[in-house]
Amino acid sequence: MSLELALFYLAALVSLSATVLTVTRTNASHALIYLIISLLAVALIFFLLGAPFAAALEIVIYAGAIMVLFLFVVMMLNLGRETVAQERRWLAPKMWIGPGIFAAVLLLELLYLIVGTEVVTSGKGVSPKEVGIELFGPYLLAVELASILLLAALVGAFHLGRRYMRARREEIE
Amino acid sequence: MEPNTFLGIEYGFIMIVPVLGGALAAAGLLVWWERRLLGFWQDRLGPNRLGPFGILQIVADVIKLFTKDDWVPPFADRVVFTLAPAAIAAGMLMGFVVVPFGPGLAVVDLNIGVLFFLAMTAVTVYGVLLGGLASNNKYSLLGGLRTGAQMVTYEVFMGLSIMGVVLLSGSFSLSEIVKAQEEGMWFVFPQVLGFIVFFIAGLAETHRLPFDLPEAEHELAAGFHTEYSSMKFGLIMVGEYIGVILSSAMIVTLFFGGWLGPAFLPPIVWFTLKTAFFVCSFILLRAAIPRPRYDQLMSLGWKVLLPITLVNLLATGAIALLQQGA
Repeated sequence: MSLELALFYLAALVSLSATVLTVTRTNASHALIYLIISLLAVALIFFLLGAPFAAALEIVIYAGAIMVLFLFVVMMLNLGRETVAQERRWLAPKMWIGPGIFAAVLLLELLYLIVGTEVVTSGKGVSPKEVGIELFGPYLLAVELASILLLAALVGAFHLGRRYMRARREEIE
Repeated sequence: MEPNTFLGIEYGFIMIVPVLGGALAAAGLLVWWERRLLGFWQDRLGPNRLGPFGILQIVADVIKLFTKDDWVPPFADRVVFTLAPAAIAAGMLMGFVVVPFGPGLAVVDLNIGVLFFLAMTAVTVYGVLLGGLASNNKYSLLGGLRTGAQMVTYEVFMGLSIMGVVLLSGSFSLSEIVKAQEEGMWFVFPQVLGFIVFFIAGLAETHRLPFDLPEAEHELAAGFHTEYSSMKFGLIMVGEYIGVILSSAMIVTLFFGGWLGPAFLPPIVWFTLKTAFFVCSFILLRAAIPRPRYDQLMSLGWKVLLPITLVNLLATGAIALLQQGA
């Protein structure tokens, strides 16, 4: 058990420091790399907590698809030295005060809650099959709602793209 | 987690050495093998001077790569530029962790094996994207962008095409999938559409010819690895060949019964032979088919492969339900 605990704290340390570095980096692509590392570390934590399915999906969807799109945007924006300098100006020490106080309040609250409880997880592994049975059993409504939301997003994206393509086609003609 | 998981990991530690060594050695050998096969199919000799059948050509290539100037462009993002090739090779090597080479012969038999493979191929995208971005060169950037779009697109079909197999076997674990094929038949027969889509997606995922648009030399210099030289370039190449072997190994495991075969040969030999067959067919495709245009590649994906996989998934689900209900 102690090895698992050590691995957990290591992954948590990596995740936390990577997240902090994500916020403080001025170069957008470096910040994104730290965010990806943070997501990978969170996936490892899920795995250690006995949720391998959630861990795999964390990497496939968050690190593998969503962050790729973020990186895509960063690549297209052609960010140069000016943006780094601008970021540096925005990250002046003065602006840390407000968020720092609020985050500290939340941290204290979290610590209070953690100290109060004995066991955080049941400590037993949950197989992908069990997750599926739960999702399509008691939580079927949530799954359906999520898929309707995604369908709406898909139709919306298609509509916007079609208008753009029509304008382009007329331009060519 | 169960206590025997750790025993599994300890046992897997021993497996890491042959898997790592085998994959790297096979990738090196493949450089020579591909050139020989291409020569054979294109009616020329290929590298045949050094050693028996020219096999020492690999050694000569490696010496050449090592002695070349390892140059980092002054305008590049130094750290990211250096780490990107490692991310490509490491991601592809990590995929081998879940491949069952024989009964019980895997580094670790995860109950999310299929998803782990998909996750690791997803991570390799970053090597290519960041390599293109960090090179700070417009050809590299365009090559990186193309790769990003291509790999994310084909990952979708890759994932969906496997789901039919998962439905039939009822498990994400790769060894369970092979065992399910032992009782029934090889999944290539009920899942022929899934196999075709997975094969094409595997080709696009490893950005091999004919789908090597990220590095199409006639329009993008060498795409995302234009600025790479010496062993950094070598590592990118090794990563690509490992990707070819990994894709072939996954095709064999998912659709062609993995280690299964008549008893006169041991299981691991069957697995190796089948994988080698698909590696050769990857090379044959390179020799036979011209490169499509980039928009053709993308529309093939979204307009042909996506409907096919969805219909396949729907039909498989319906049949599985009917069999269960009867």
